[in-house]
Amino acid sequence: MISLDRLSLSIHGTPILRAVTLKITPGEIFGLVGESGSGKSMTALALMGLLPRGAETTGAARLDGTDLLTLSEPDLCRLRGSDIAMIFQEPMTALNPVQTIGDQVAETLTIHGKAKGAQARRIARDRLDRVGLSHVALDRYPHELSGGQRQRVCIAAAIALHPRLLIADEPTTALDVTTQAQILDLLKDLVAEEGMSLLVITHDLAVVADMADCIAVMNRGEIVETGPTAQVLAERRHPYTRALFAASSHAPDRAPQGAPEPLLAVESVHRHYPGPRQGFRRGPPVEAVKGVSFELHKGESLGLVGESGCGKSTLTRAILGLDPVQGGDIRLFGRSIVPVMPPELRAGIQVVFQDPYGSFNPRWRVERLVAEPFHLLTDAPKGEDRRARVAEALRAVHLSPDDMAKYPHEFSGGQRQRIAIARALITRPRILVLDEAVSALDVSVRARILDLLAELQDAFGLSYLFISHDLTVVRAITDRVLVMQSGEIVEEGPTEAVFDAPAHPYTRQLLAAAPRLPDLTEAQA
Amino acid sequence: MARYLLLRALSLGLSLVVASVVIFALIEVIPGDPAAFMMGLNATEENLAALRAELGLDGSALDRYVVWITGMLTGDFGISYTYRVPVAELVLDRLWVSLPLAVYALTLSTLIAFPIGILAAATRGTATDYGIMGATQLGIAIPNFWFAMLLVLLFAVTLRWFSAGGFPGWDNPAAALKALTLPAVALALPQASILARVMRSALLETLDQDYIRTARAKGLSRAQAIRRHALRNALIPVLTIIGLQFSFLIAGAIIIENVFFLPGLGRLIFQGITQRDLIVVESVTMLLVFAVILVTFLVDLAYALVDPRLRRR
Repeated sequence: MISLDRLSLSIHGTPILRAVTLKITPGEIFGLVGESGSGKSMTALALMGLLPRGAETTGAARLDGTDLLTLSEPDLCRLRGSDIAMIFQEPMTALNPVQTIGDQVAETLTIHGKAKGAQARRIARDRLDRVGLSHVALDRYPHELSGGQRQRVCIAAAIALHPRLLIADEPTTALDVTTQAQILDLLKDLVAEEGMSLLVITHDLAVVADMADCIAVMNRGEIVETGPTAQVLAERRHPYTRALFAASSHAPDRAPQGAPEPLLAVESVHRHYPGPRQGFRRGPPVEAVKGVSFELHKGESLGLVGESGCGKSTLTRAILGLDPVQGGDIRLFGRSIVPVMPPELRAGIQVVFQDPYGSFNPRWRVERLVAEPFHLLTDAPKGEDRRARVAEALRAVHLSPDDMAKYPHEFSGGQRQRIAIARALITRPRILVLDEAVSALDVSVRARILDLLAELQDAFGLSYLFISHDLTVVRAITDRVLVMQSGEIVEEGPTEAVFDAPAHPYTRQLLAAAPRLPDLTEAQA
Repeated sequence: MARYLLLRALSLGLSLVVASVVIFALIEVIPGDPAAFMMGLNATEENLAALRAELGLDGSALDRYVVWITGMLTGDFGISYTYRVPVAELVLDRLWVSLPLAVYALTLSTLIAFPIGILAAATRGTATDYGIMGATQLGIAIPNFWFAMLLVLLFAVTLRWFSAGGFPGWDNPAAALKALTLPAVALALPQASILARVMRSALLETLDQDYIRTARAKGLSRAQAIRRHALRNALIPVLTIIGLQFSFLIAGAIIIENVFFLPGLGRLIFQGITQRDLIVVESVTMLLVFAVILVTFLVDLAYALVDPRLRRR
């Protein structure tokens, strides 16, 4: 039995958690839901005794009567990994790149003195088999594995000593829907088999809606609502719970589009990569995109969905004129961009990526960041004109023109994405390519950005190419959708029609994998 | 891995060829008569002609380059104009001082830098960290020849533990090592200061990585996480600096060898230049370039050992 009893936490005097109380019984799956900054990760770190420097706690965190907050560091080390284990959000960076996965799983055993050498490796093999990696050798390195596989390695290392509590902090946020569903299933099975408790931390209610026994909703360091999952979802007594619920399946109001007028035409495009190196030669070329055709019309919002590796990013790069194509044609505003995009067309198509922070030079002010695409224009505005255009773009994304003088690190994730959108709008493009543009955002932030995108589309008559693995988002914002699998478009049609009656088995599989909130409209009536 | 090795070896060979052409051109092809330069203003025409013949200056530049390079490859570095002995012999004698000195200094520097760099990173932001950072700042700022003289004043003049200079030869290894100790310390101090700072910042960067958090969640203590996960990842930038420092130590000990009257390569090249012995200068420079490039190659190999991601390239 794990319980938090009026746990309060402050870091260097700033209050982070306020009197958090919760109970997790053996074999239970407990969902802790809230947006970033709500204190849910700090709650987990308090349980692990891994709080950052300057943290002060009051209250108690009990594991079977032992108050974890009073334990010495060596005692905590004995507990971590053996009684309480944890996995994190970023499987790509959560493993040591210079150590084999076998060693990293076996380490949990050796560090606690539970097994040595060959025996530890045998158990590591067994645990890796259990998490579905029986085909992956112990001497593989993390960089040779996919994101989903790496998360499985992390899980194997976490469950190696059969802990009583496993904490999963956003375990699937960085993964695509199909992988997410598989990892969540694995975690559910492990809970049943091992009789352990599972604390799942997430910003997305939908992720825990159909797996957690109990849910606690956290806002600004406080638990605002808690109880059995069905009850919390049905009652939604606290306004914040209702807001989270609405945000999770938020669909912005969008104006209907006018008559079709193709701006972008992709005609049987092929993209090949040189094959992987095999000694001194290369293997056969990898066909990333195999003859894809579609059209994007004026004022239309077109979705492109598929899991990681299906070729959607490769296709996007070709459309943006960043990579050459090996076959077919791409016509932008009626002109071919194969083999090279005419420079005067570039200003008309802009892109927003998933991680805006990575695409900002941290030493530039917002004014310079937003004005950067001006170099695409032959008659770029100068001086006051230029400032006026930047201010206009910032106002369009609901930021203040005063923000021009700030640096990117002074903004939150959602605000940064707004800056990225402002930067894309500055050349007054007709097409915006949104490449997983809202995938890294919390549900509530995501909902506000989706509203903004709908508003901008109305105001400027923009066309969107919306690339995402997140089906909920694609459903909310697109008119038409393309489903891509292994470099081919396997299904296309009006979004509602495809989602209501998917024709291709792959589409059905994707839809089944997507986490969904129960439809509660009838339940309320 | 084979491909990575082959590419590195290829780059090693190419660098050597380019370096040899540059050195040859600088010394021999650039306008001016090397013979006149070596013999000074008072040389007679016959003597100059004799030296030109000895140096083989009559042939074309290409011929002379081929002769020089074939000589280098077969161990024939020419005859020193001032010493009148084969340059190969001179170099080999001196190498037995310079190479051990470089290894000695580098060992000392690593032995000092690793623990204090790791300690500073582990105690980041505390008085210990600031103390170490201040001391290394001082270590970088102090010129090594001045530090060398202080060492001589304290340990040779006042305490009389070491001799102030000279080298007794390797017949008595203990005495030889003793004679190299003060120079090695003088060379190691600034190197250790730089290396410790690199170690600290590399380690701090890896300590912020997600996999350190994963390791802690598995039950490793902070010290175990540093030892088992952070150190090896922090080693890449540290190896780069060690490689650069070794190259510098082989070639750059000129001042220290002069302070301590050590018959090393640095002194040889210094004397070669003052005595206008172009044959010595040319050959020793080429040798030093070879050493630097070889060390870079070895560092590249070490990268691949440390980082499995490089092995597949």
